[in-house]
Amino acid sequence: MSMPTYLGLPAFPEAAATALGNAQLRRNLAHATTTIRVKRAAAVAELADWQQLRAAGKAIKDHTLAHLDTYLARLEERVTDAGGHVHWARDAAEANGIVAALVHAAGADSVVKVKSMTTQETGLNEALAAEHITALETDLAELIVQLGHDQPSHILVPAIHRNRTEIRDIFLAEMADVPSGLTDAPAELAAAARTHLRRAFLSAKVGVSGANFAIADTGTLVVVESEGNGRMCLTLPETLISVVGIEKVLPSWRDLEVFLALLPRSSTAERMNPYTSTWTGVRPGDGPRDFHLVLLDNGRTDALADTIGRQALRCIRCSACLNVCPVYERVGGHAYGSPYPGPIGAIITPQLRGVTSPLDASLPYASTLCGACYEVCPVAINIPEALVHLRAEVVDAQRSSPHAERIVMGLAAWVLRSGRRLGLVQRAASASRVLLGRSGRIRRLPPPLNAWTKTRDAPAPPPESFRAWWARTHGGAQ
Amino acid sequence: MTAAASASRPAAGGSREVILRRIRAATGRGPGPVAGPADSAVDAEYAAIPRDYLRAHHDPADHDVIALFAERAADYRAVVQRVPADGLPGAIARALSSGMYVVPDGLPPEWLGRVAADCPGVVLAGDDPPLPARALDAVAGAITGCTVAIAETGTIVLDHGPGQGRRALTLVPDFHLVIVRHDQIAADLADGMSRLDPARPHTLISGPSATSDIELVRVEGVHGPRTLHILIAGPPS
Repeated sequence: MSMPTYLGLPAFPEAAATALGNAQLRRNLAHATTTIRVKRAAAVAELADWQQLRAAGKAIKDHTLAHLDTYLARLEERVTDAGGHVHWARDAAEANGIVAALVHAAGADSVVKVKSMTTQETGLNEALAAEHITALETDLAELIVQLGHDQPSHILVPAIHRNRTEIRDIFLAEMADVPSGLTDAPAELAAAARTHLRRAFLSAKVGVSGANFAIADTGTLVVVESEGNGRMCLTLPETLISVVGIEKVLPSWRDLEVFLALLPRSSTAERMNPYTSTWTGVRPGDGPRDFHLVLLDNGRTDALADTIGRQALRCIRCSACLNVCPVYERVGGHAYGSPYPGPIGAIITPQLRGVTSPLDASLPYASTLCGACYEVCPVAINIPEALVHLRAEVVDAQRSSPHAERIVMGLAAWVLRSGRRLGLVQRAASASRVLLGRSGRIRRLPPPLNAWTKTRDAPAPPPESFRAWWARTHGGAQ
Repeated sequence: MTAAASASRPAAGGSREVILRRIRAATGRGPGPVAGPADSAVDAEYAAIPRDYLRAHHDPADHDVIALFAERAADYRAVVQRVPADGLPGAIARALSSGMYVVPDGLPPEWLGRVAADCPGVVLAGDDPPLPARALDAVAGAITGCTVAIAETGTIVLDHGPGQGRRALTLVPDFHLVIVRHDQIAADLADGMSRLDPARPHTLISGPSATSDIELVRVEGVHGPRTLHILIAGPPS
C-alpha cells in the first residue's frame, strides 16, 4: 500500500530529534494534551461501568473481525437494498480511482470533505488533484492544515501543533475572504472558518466522507463530529461518497450503545459529541440522491492475518493514546511519518505498510512501553504487546544483514558463559572508567557502540564489580 | 448494486472476491467459498458476546430524569427552559425574535398559536416545496420537535419524521428551537438508542455546533446552528 505524501521521510529518531528542538511545538503540545487528559479522566470517571463497556467494545470488535467477510457481505447487501452502491478497493490507488470516476460521473470538479483518516491514508486529495478535482477540507483543523500547506499531526485535532496565534497568521496569509482585524480569539477564528466555507457547502455537488461505524444488519453509516461541517457534507450535496476501512463494520445497531459511550468520552472528553449523523442508503427528499460506499482494504487484511497485530484493527480513532503518551507529547505527530501518529500509529503504520523502509522499521521503537496507552484505550488494544511483537518482526526482517547489536550480543554470550572471562571483562571495564566516564556518565562510545550513545548517555562502569567486591571483603564479613 | 453501476466498473467484482478471500485466509479458515451475508453460526456467536455493562445509569425511580436532561443539555451551552404543557405556545413565541422561521410539516399547529399575536415581526414559512439551501441560509431559524431525548448525555435526537423536517432544515439556519415533550426523554444512552428505527436518517444533537480544534479548547458555534434553544414541555403544571 502507499501513503504518498509521506514517502522519503527520515526514520523516527532523526525526525524526533528535529521536533524536540522546536520549543514552540513542545509548548503547544504539552498545553493541549494536558488539557484533554484531565477532561477525559473526568468524563470516563462518570461511568461506573467503564471497564465493562470497554470489555464489551473489545469483544464486539474481536467477534466482528473474526467474521469480517460475513459482516461485509451483509453490509453490502443492506446498503444496496437501501438504494446505495457498494464498491470494493484492494488498495489506496483503487479507492482513489473509484472516487475520482464517481466525481467525474457526477459532472463535478470539486468536492467538500468531512475529516477522514481513511482518505488521509489513501492520499485522496493529491490523487483527486491529479484528476483536476479540487478537494476542500471543511473540518476546522484540517482547513488549518490545508491552508498552512502542512501535514496533520493528531488523529482528532490535526492542527494540534499550532497555537491560536499561528492559526490566525495562517488565516491572514492564506484565506481569501479573511475578515480584516482578525484576532487570535478561538471564537473569532471559528467564525472566520464558518463564513469562509459557507458558500462552498451551499453549492457543493459532491461530498466525500469516511465513517466511524458501518452497521452490517441495517446498512447504516455513522459519522461522529462536532462542528456541523460533517452534517453539511453528508446532507447538502446530491452525491455522497464514503470511503470506509473494512474494519469499521459493526454487527448491529445495538452496538452503538457501547461505542457511542466509549468514543466521545475517550476522544473529545464529552458525554456526547455535538453532532452524530446516521443514514441508511438514500432517502427521497432528504439528503443526497446518490450514495456510494467504498470499502477499503489497503493492508488491513495483512494486519488481520497477524494474531497479535490484528488487535490494532479494533481502533476507533479516538486519539486518547496520543494524549497520554510521553513520547507523543514531546515529539508531536509529524515524526511518525504517517496520518496515524502516536502509539496507535506506531503499531498501525508498520502493519499497513510493512517494515521495509527505515521509517516504518523505526516506529515500533517509538515508545517507552510505559503502558499508559493500553490503560486509556477504549477497546483495550494492548499497544505495548503489539509494539514488542513488531520489534521482533523488524529484527527478523533484518536478520540476514550484519548488525552491530547481534555481534555485541554474541560476544556478550561468550563472555557470560565463563566466570573467568566475565571477571576479566569487568576489571577491564572498571579500568576504562578513567578514560570514558569520569562524570559517572559515558556520552560517546566508539563505533559500533555509538549506536547506543547517539541518542542517550550510558552509565560509566562502577569502580569495582560486585564479584570483585565480594572477593575482597568476603561479602562484607571482614 | 445496479446492473448499470457494476457494468461501469468491471474490476469491482474482482476486488470484492479478492478481499473476501484475503479475510478468509487471514482468519485461518483456509480455502473455501467466499462468505455470504447470512450465517446463523455467526449470529449465535454474536448473541453470546458478554455485555456486563449497565444498560441504565440513572434509575427514574431515584433520579429526576427531566432535570438531568435539562442540566446536561445546558452543560453544552444549549439554552434550556422547562415549561408546563399549557405554557408551551407562549414560550415558543417568546423564543423568537424577528424574521422568517421555517416550520416543517407535522408540527402541532397549536404550538404556534401565540406567534401571530405575540410576534409581529415573525413570519412562519413551510418547507413544501423544499426551500433551496441558499434560502435556508437566509432565514432566522427553524422550529421543530424531536423523536427522543437522552438525559444522560443531554442529547436530542431527530429522525426527521413529521414535525422535524428534512436534515438541512435544522442545519443551515443559525438558530434551532426544538421542543422536547417530557415523555420523550430517555434516562440513558442505551434506552434512547433502542427507541430509534435505524432505517430512518438520524441527527443526534448535543448542544450547539462546537469545535475543540484550537488548543483543544471548546468553542461553541461553527457550521451548525450557533444557538440551540430547547423547550421541555410538561408534565402539566
